[in-house]
Amino acid sequence: MHSYLVLRVVAKLLMPFIMLFGLYVQFHGDFGPGGGFQAGVIFAAGFILYALIFGLKDAGKVLPRGILRFGIALGVLLFAGVGVYDMLVGGKYLDYSVMAQDPVHGQHLGILLVELGVGITVTSVMVMVFFTFARHRQTKGDD
Amino acid sequence: MAAVGLYNYWIVVFLMMAGFYIVIAHDNLVKKIVGLNIFQASVFVMYITFGKVQGGTAPIIADGVTTYSNPLPHVLILTAIVVGVATTALGLALVVRINEAYGTIEEDEIHDQDDDT
Amino acid sequence: MSLTVFGILRIRNLFAVVMLGSIFSLMAAAIFVILDAVDVAFTEASVGAGISTVLALGTIALTTDREKKPSHTKILPLIVVILTGAALIYGTLDLAHYGDPNAPAHRHVAPSYLKEGPEKTGIPNVVTSVLASYRGYDTLGEVTVIFTAGVGVILLLGNWRHIGRRREDEDA
Repeated sequence: MHSYLVLRVVAKLLMPFIMLFGLYVQFHGDFGPGGGFQAGVIFAAGFILYALIFGLKDAGKVLPRGILRFGIALGVLLFAGVGVYDMLVGGKYLDYSVMAQDPVHGQHLGILLVELGVGITVTSVMVMVFFTFARHRQTKGDD
Repeated sequence: MAAVGLYNYWIVVFLMMAGFYIVIAHDNLVKKIVGLNIFQASVFVMYITFGKVQGGTAPIIADGVTTYSNPLPHVLILTAIVVGVATTALGLALVVRINEAYGTIEEDEIHDQDDDT
Repeated sequence: MSLTVFGILRIRNLFAVVMLGSIFSLMAAAIFVILDAVDVAFTEASVGAGISTVLALGTIALTTDREKKPSHTKILPLIVVILTGAALIYGTLDLAHYGDPNAPAHRHVAPSYLKEGPEKTGIPNVVTSVLASYRGYDTLGEVTVIFTAGVGVILLLGNWRHIGRRREDEDA
């Protein structure tokens, strides 16, 4: 792996910006283009780049398989949980207006949380799918 | 005027048919999935074309802008793209498993093997 | 764009096909920007040109990158495709013209989304507010589909036997 020095340096330089851009897209999605789906795929692309260049082992240290599995479920649960919470505090399912003092703030908070859930699930699924494909090849090589 | 107004749809039809042709005429499973993706992309282009309004801008509310494109198709296609890649991944995973089970990803060879057993 | 598709049609080297597919996605993203769908273009560029290409390359690495010459005739599929295409072209003649502000699609719920969305949710990006709030159920369903697809891939390729064996080793 040492022969790809240029790739490693460039990737290392790019990684923080990709992550920062992903976060920006995630949380600025209310005002500009962006949102959970887009941010999710940007994060995933960043991690996949990392895994391609530094190898699966190092990427696995950054994002262990357990965390990814947890994240896949966590995102969906967060989304559905927001809906359940709305019911508990007296609204309809996924009716964010009741989440804060006035409806506009409630809507804003609800959308933010839901987008976060979407982002977590999309990132985890994409990275997990890539890792699964790549690990499959490795173990097949062993046999 | 009619030709200009409908040009986008004709491109969509061409892409859709090209994807359809790849799916039905080729035996290779990976190529079939690429064909499905082209088919899918043509549908995306069609929806976004529906959403376009002449003189409008992207549907992000800003001062001094009165015309916006229709946001609804954008929402539908946004989710459809991500779901599309997830299902594509599932399809590719199935192809990998088929390759392990049969040793080939050509459809007719798989049928031949099934007939033999 | 059409040229790329023609290339995909003809080339039998799957590696080149996947790369052309990536270029195709990038061009689709450019078209989405022209058609005012910035959010969609964003997603298409990172998904189509990035992730799905990597996954397809992974599949090719696991299988083979050569497509065999098709054994049966190609004339019947070609006829079917041309007939279907002609029917679809005939259908497009009735569609609203490109950019027509009076098209039925723009008269149903879209005006109310554009008008009320920012007031009710305080969010200027209408795509986001419709996605997460007005169509919350839909989006929940989509996320569930992604979740299910991810679980499916893990089940199919997740080397469960391998993991089980390792656990047994640890127990012993």
